[in-house]
Amino acid sequence: MSARARVIVALAVAIPALARGLAAQDTAAVDRGVRIGIIYRPGVRPGLVVLPPQAGALDSVERILSRDLDYSDRFELITLPAGDSIRVATAAPAALAPGTRPAAGKGTTGGAATAAALSSLNYPLYQALGADFAVLVRAAPPDTAVVTVHDVTAGGVRREFRAHLPPLKDPDFRMAVHRLADRVLEATLGVAGLAATRVLYVLDSKVYSIDQDGADARVVSASDRQALSPAWAPDGRRFAYMELGQGKGTLFIQDVATGKRAAVGASGQALDFTPAFAPDAKTLAFSRATDEGTDIYTLNIKDHCCLQRLTVGRFSDNLSPTYSPDGQRIAFVSTRAGQPQVYVMAADGTDEQLFAPFDYGVTGASYAPDWSPDGQSVAFHRDVGGTYQVFVLDVRTRVVRQLTSIGRNEDPTWAPDGRHMAFVSARAGYRQLWIIDVETGRIRLLVEQSGARLPAWSPRLPETTPSTH
Amino acid sequence: MTRLPLVLLSGLAVAAVAACHKTPPETTPPPVANADSAAQAAERARAEAAERARADSLARAQEAAERLARQRAADSLAGLGKTSEAVKTLLATLVHFDFDKANIRPGEAAVLDQKVGILQVNGGLRIRIAGHCDERGSDEYNLALGNRRAIAAKQYLVSHGIDAGRIETVSYGKERPSDPGHTEEAWSKNRRDETEIVAGGDALKQP
Repeated sequence: MSARARVIVALAVAIPALARGLAAQDTAAVDRGVRIGIIYRPGVRPGLVVLPPQAGALDSVERILSRDLDYSDRFELITLPAGDSIRVATAAPAALAPGTRPAAGKGTTGGAATAAALSSLNYPLYQALGADFAVLVRAAPPDTAVVTVHDVTAGGVRREFRAHLPPLKDPDFRMAVHRLADRVLEATLGVAGLAATRVLYVLDSKVYSIDQDGADARVVSASDRQALSPAWAPDGRRFAYMELGQGKGTLFIQDVATGKRAAVGASGQALDFTPAFAPDAKTLAFSRATDEGTDIYTLNIKDHCCLQRLTVGRFSDNLSPTYSPDGQRIAFVSTRAGQPQVYVMAADGTDEQLFAPFDYGVTGASYAPDWSPDGQSVAFHRDVGGTYQVFVLDVRTRVVRQLTSIGRNEDPTWAPDGRHMAFVSARAGYRQLWIIDVETGRIRLLVEQSGARLPAWSPRLPETTPSTH
Repeated sequence: MTRLPLVLLSGLAVAAVAACHKTPPETTPPPVANADSAAQAAERARAEAAERARADSLARAQEAAERLARQRAADSLAGLGKTSEAVKTLLATLVHFDFDKANIRPGEAAVLDQKVGILQVNGGLRIRIAGHCDERGSDEYNLALGNRRAIAAKQYLVSHGIDAGRIETVSYGKERPSDPGHTEEAWSKNRRDETEIVAGGDALKQP
């Protein structure tokens, strides 16, 4: 009872704070993901509660799962203020029934404290807490998790599934839990998530990889040369990046699982940079700087042949290619009008045209486009009053919208869900990696270390990766 | 009895004397030959000595000449080295740029003119020009901008008659600042072209 009373107090406090608009761009106050009490936003997002695990070993599963579902920005995640008392309610709904008021009555009809209680909850209680969904994870030894997704509103189990869950110390453990989170999202809302993804970035001349929830950062490429511009292959099993040595740029493609890498193209002979995989995974577009300036080329990386020059920009630079998800078009940066702006062309180099509109002499220079996985938007950064801000171009209407406003923000990269993006931000005083949810404007820190840059968000990762250890 | 033998003896003696008288011219060649060879040997020795003396003096002269030459060469090498170092320093003079620009500023043309002169008198010299940017621009774009700064300098040199094949261009973007500071002073230092020698830089002549 006392638990419920506290919940209600928290609700009362939280609601006025929610009155402000959700479509805001950049959350003015940095939200570090710490929540006090229960935040309930009626009618905005469904509430979800991850039930406390019955076995202590699953604590970390519950924590990772809760965080993943929270970071999906699709639920109001309900944190239970007093886990134990709620668990009592979970295990024995009948015991609580007398005190739960008439509203709770209908939920208790079949709620005898039997073994079946695990698959039936005190739904009215969770409904009162604002939950639309409740998720329970149980371990089925030796290495399987059983996940039950309750539909609280409908008062029944929505889906139950079993999934491989390696032991805690296994390097694949976290990714396995992330996959559970994505399956919960799929079971509840029918949408694909982003939990089972990683982000590549550059720090101290090395390429790192980190889980999208900010844990498990690992060096994936280290040499005595400066690494730059990591880019994922569409299948998530390989990535490309560039190494700068002696003023020349060599592109490498590296296998995620084995860590083996191979140089691409004219290694050490040219200055090749900003690689981008085509969706067909056999074409690599990149920029090559020569005596004539910088132009975009493509290379068939399956057969190691067929170097093709797409732009012929004598007296201008053309760089930073990014493919549309259907592989038909390439957005890129060009200085043909003087300062760098975002252009688009067909994937064979024809039909070049301006993509992100700008006012000559008024709009600042624009850089680093990244085409969203749903094909509808292109994110990039643009000079605004001497600093950079992240913008999003609507591909259909060609309308440009400014997404950030605090500090210097640059090099956005879309998550596979098409609504989150990671970017470099100096909003805390130095360059770090942050993630923004474009729908709600909610912002969270991804990589805290100063100097992290050039993020590249992976596609949804296949089961076998990453097992680099 | 004694006469006969005397006569015989005298006769023998005469004969012997006669024989002696007759034969000496024919039988003395050895001594003559000996005298000859001695004279020749003496002559040869004299000649050899003279020869040796001449050779010695020649060698000495040669040695002296060589020593002198060596010294002169050393002297001139030292001088040349000094010149070479000075030329190298001159060649390494940085070219600076305005923010986000790759055009050669009027004030920087003199720096490139010096490089033109050096490249003209040192036909074997090959150089590499590396473009650099300050930290403010976008990471990846700066590689293109640095490249443009390098080729701007190259184009200037080529337009002044230097063979394009002698000049290589590279870019470091903003990855290698010469001044790690975050001030306008540091930035203006970092927006630069660096010139380094690829080949033919052992003994550079002054233009």
